[in-house]
Amino acid sequence: MTGDWPILTIITFAPLAGAIMMLAIRAEPEVTASNSRWAALWISLFTFGVSLLLWFGFERGTAEFQFVEETIWIPGFDISYKLGVDGISMPFVLLSTLLTPICILASWDAIKVRVKEYMIAFLVLETMMVGMFCALDFVVFYVFFEGVLIPMFLIIGVWGGARRVYSAFKFFLYTLAGSVLLLLAVLAIYFQTGTSDIPTLLATRLPPEMQFWLWLAFFASFAVKVPMWPVHTWLPDAHVEAPTAGSVILAGVLLKMGGYGFLRFSLPMLPEASAFFTPALIYPLSIVAVIYTSLVALAQEDMKKLIAYSSVAHMGFVTVGIFTVTQQGIEGAMIQMLSHGVVSAALFLVVGVIYDRLHTREIARYGGLVERMPAYALFFMVFMLASVGLPGTSGFVGEFLVLVGAFQVNTWVALLCASGMVLGAAYMLYLYRRVIFGKLTKEDLLKILDLTWREKAVFAPLVAVVLWMGIYPMSFIDVFAASVANVVDGYHAALAGSGTPAPSLASLWPGR
Amino acid sequence: MDTMNLVAILPELLVACSAMVLLMLGVFRGNDSTRFVLWMAVGVILVTFSWLLNLPAQEVTAFGGLFVTDGFGRFMKLLVLLGAGLTIAMSIGYIEREQMARFEFPVLMLFATLGMMMMVSANDLMSLYLGLELQSLSLYVIAAFRRDTVRSSEAGLKYFVLGALSSGMLLYGSSMVYGFVGSTSFETVAEVLGAAPAGEAPSVGLIIGLVFVLAGLAFKVSAVPFHMWTPDVYEGAPTPVTAFFASAPKVAAMALLVRVMTGPFGDLTTQWQQIVVVVSIGSMVLGAFAAINQTNIKRLMAYSSIGHMGFVLVGLAAGSEAGVRGVAIYMAIYLLMNIGTFACILCMRQQGRMVEGIDDLKGLSKTSPMMALALAVFMFSMAGIPPLAGFFGKFYVFLAAIQEGLYTLAVIGVLASVVGAFYYLRIVKLMYFDEPAESFDRPIARELRFIIAGTSLAMVLFLIVIGPVVNGAAAAASVLFAG
Repeated sequence: MTGDWPILTIITFAPLAGAIMMLAIRAEPEVTASNSRWAALWISLFTFGVSLLLWFGFERGTAEFQFVEETIWIPGFDISYKLGVDGISMPFVLLSTLLTPICILASWDAIKVRVKEYMIAFLVLETMMVGMFCALDFVVFYVFFEGVLIPMFLIIGVWGGARRVYSAFKFFLYTLAGSVLLLLAVLAIYFQTGTSDIPTLLATRLPPEMQFWLWLAFFASFAVKVPMWPVHTWLPDAHVEAPTAGSVILAGVLLKMGGYGFLRFSLPMLPEASAFFTPALIYPLSIVAVIYTSLVALAQEDMKKLIAYSSVAHMGFVTVGIFTVTQQGIEGAMIQMLSHGVVSAALFLVVGVIYDRLHTREIARYGGLVERMPAYALFFMVFMLASVGLPGTSGFVGEFLVLVGAFQVNTWVALLCASGMVLGAAYMLYLYRRVIFGKLTKEDLLKILDLTWREKAVFAPLVAVVLWMGIYPMSFIDVFAASVANVVDGYHAALAGSGTPAPSLASLWPGR
Repeated sequence: MDTMNLVAILPELLVACSAMVLLMLGVFRGNDSTRFVLWMAVGVILVTFSWLLNLPAQEVTAFGGLFVTDGFGRFMKLLVLLGAGLTIAMSIGYIEREQMARFEFPVLMLFATLGMMMMVSANDLMSLYLGLELQSLSLYVIAAFRRDTVRSSEAGLKYFVLGALSSGMLLYGSSMVYGFVGSTSFETVAEVLGAAPAGEAPSVGLIIGLVFVLAGLAFKVSAVPFHMWTPDVYEGAPTPVTAFFASAPKVAAMALLVRVMTGPFGDLTTQWQQIVVVVSIGSMVLGAFAAINQTNIKRLMAYSSIGHMGFVLVGLAAGSEAGVRGVAIYMAIYLLMNIGTFACILCMRQQGRMVEGIDDLKGLSKTSPMMALALAVFMFSMAGIPPLAGFFGKFYVFLAAIQEGLYTLAVIGVLASVVGAFYYLRIVKLMYFDEPAESFDRPIARELRFIIAGTSLAMVLFLIVIGPVVNGAAAAASVLFAG
């Protein structure tokens, strides 16, 4: 199964190796740009192809880590370069490798300056993302987790819109502030347990009074990434100013790093603290995120901002689902993350298409596009409905499972979250009506062109995934069901073992 | 045991003799020989470096215990020599262009290096002071080397007056320690303090002496509240001199501070730990906030180095072997990234004249992409973003702090590093996000290109070679905690 190949290392570092080779491209500006585009496309397609081996070689029905590789990295410290995937991380690896070539295709014509550097930044970003999901050592994880910031900062700052500098700084500093606390937590865990090996840590019990602070440190980092209300304000700025492909990666993969962190670390390593903080922090903040940001989205005039706020709302579902700690809830959160990764990425691409033509994201500037762009209207509709959660699309499966999970735990949470679905339908349909339907009155829209073959090639795989996930979700759920069951069982066993299913504040507050 | 034992100080003897020979050579051949003297000085340092590298790390004392060579000293000396060698090599183009090509320049730097090697190996409050003064006096002169410019003279004078003050404090502290312990030897001080009955508070006089020694040394590493001289001196001194100040002397002073605190005063850890924690927090926070508004890159680097010293002191504050290991790793990384950054600053010339405003870096990524890339690597590394080397420096000092339970210090430290990230990012922003201003003069001198490429590669590839560096630092740290 694993074979002799270090397959995860290849997937992780192939883009980086490609990026280094691309440094050597030197020719006329035009030729360099064209060569860089093709080189980056082939490198990312190669990476995607190799990552498909994971999908087919992955053994379903076990929660074990697979394709594990381990090399001593820092001798004498028990910190090793260790990679491996289980059902929870493997889909995200594929999501990253799928979205990268799509991003490169989407930037084909949109990016005209410093094309080589742009492509290199994207390939480096891919290495960081894949490495983060594969890492099985906390220090390695952290290196990749924060390493993402550098290419993303440059992508927003160099190729972004008018207020790109502000947005890039806000993005960088928000995320950095969260993640340095994560670093301290990692170090504290290292000293408590003597290892930074993730599989070992998942099986280790940390004292409850320590969990309190560790959980907060984890939360500071992951909540900013997700992002949860009220630390979500960097997201609309970053999305609006980033180039289209930057938004795609940001929404598609970077936000998932937060959800992945909660699922991989907070729940299994800190069960008592999770049980304490779920009703105290996670549920209220998630519900506010779902309802409040939906209302905010309703009022947006800028298409990208609208989708950015909708992302916050959708990620609210994810955090609720994860912290229900039920089989359905977490499976729903996983599907919702994957679905959102594809759908929101696609929606940003949809916006990008007309932005490339008219260079404005203002909703009021459009209207009646269906007359000139029927194919565009069709693609937009599929993704819009998936975002709303129409049965048959991926969005429905995720939200439905999350709500099933939430109902088992807390009816109020489920009820309030469900209202978010209604609001979601409202803002998405309203957006669609304003952009696509109505009379085509604007002068400059009369000559607008429908999708090119390249744009169709970008959207086609995304539509396929959306429908596949919506119609037959089992092929995805099978992948992570065993890992999720493992997390759920471990969590409940830990709580039962500590004797307090819902620990009181007094027992957790240090110093009492 | 030993009275002379010249074998122990052979590397130092080599540096001392060659410095004097080069001085004589310069006197007879005049300023035309500057280039030759300079490269000879680099050669001497290179030879000493490789000699030390191959020397077995064993503990040898000389001159009746005044001087000690051990694994810790060897590690730090290697860093000092590396820093000195690179900065001397860097300065050649500058001193020739700016009419300061006098043969004393490399000779003085060599003497300063000798002083630093003695500081690192000091095993007695007396030899500590001698080494420190040999270093400082050379540095005062180099700071004011462009005596025809007001800024350089001002920098030299400021450095001298404040440096003399701190030396005075150090001397006063030493005399207090001598008065209450009865010896200046590190070993005897440690023995006397270790023999004190447990639970009994050390005498106030001794504590006062400790505080004064600490204050004197904190001045040398430019830690808050003894940092005032740093921005002015950094800005005023000629750029290669600033590069020198920011690298090797910092390593030597930090090594000295670590040796004094963990050696003779090892049993007073609880006493000096409080001071070091406060000094460290002050440096990190001031370094982070004060740099935000700077527009001169050398001033900015001054605050940056204050901040970095704060992070290094986090490792010392832990007071443990892991802490000293963190200090050693951090200093190694700090040295290289600082030298690399200053090499970039030395390339900042427009129409034959040096520029120092950070706005002059605007759009550098378009005018000279490779230099912009290297400088961006240094900036991200200084901000402590993985996977670059700077991250691992912070990683190891905070590791030690967490191990010793200094959570508050660690939290303040990482938050200060976030604030600090802002101004490093601002440089990246200027280079990458803004439109080009005037471009810098080409071509860049060969030695600068070499140094920039080498140090930036070291920053990027550090995570691959991390094993040997960490092991070396760990071996160095273990020496101080062997007894």
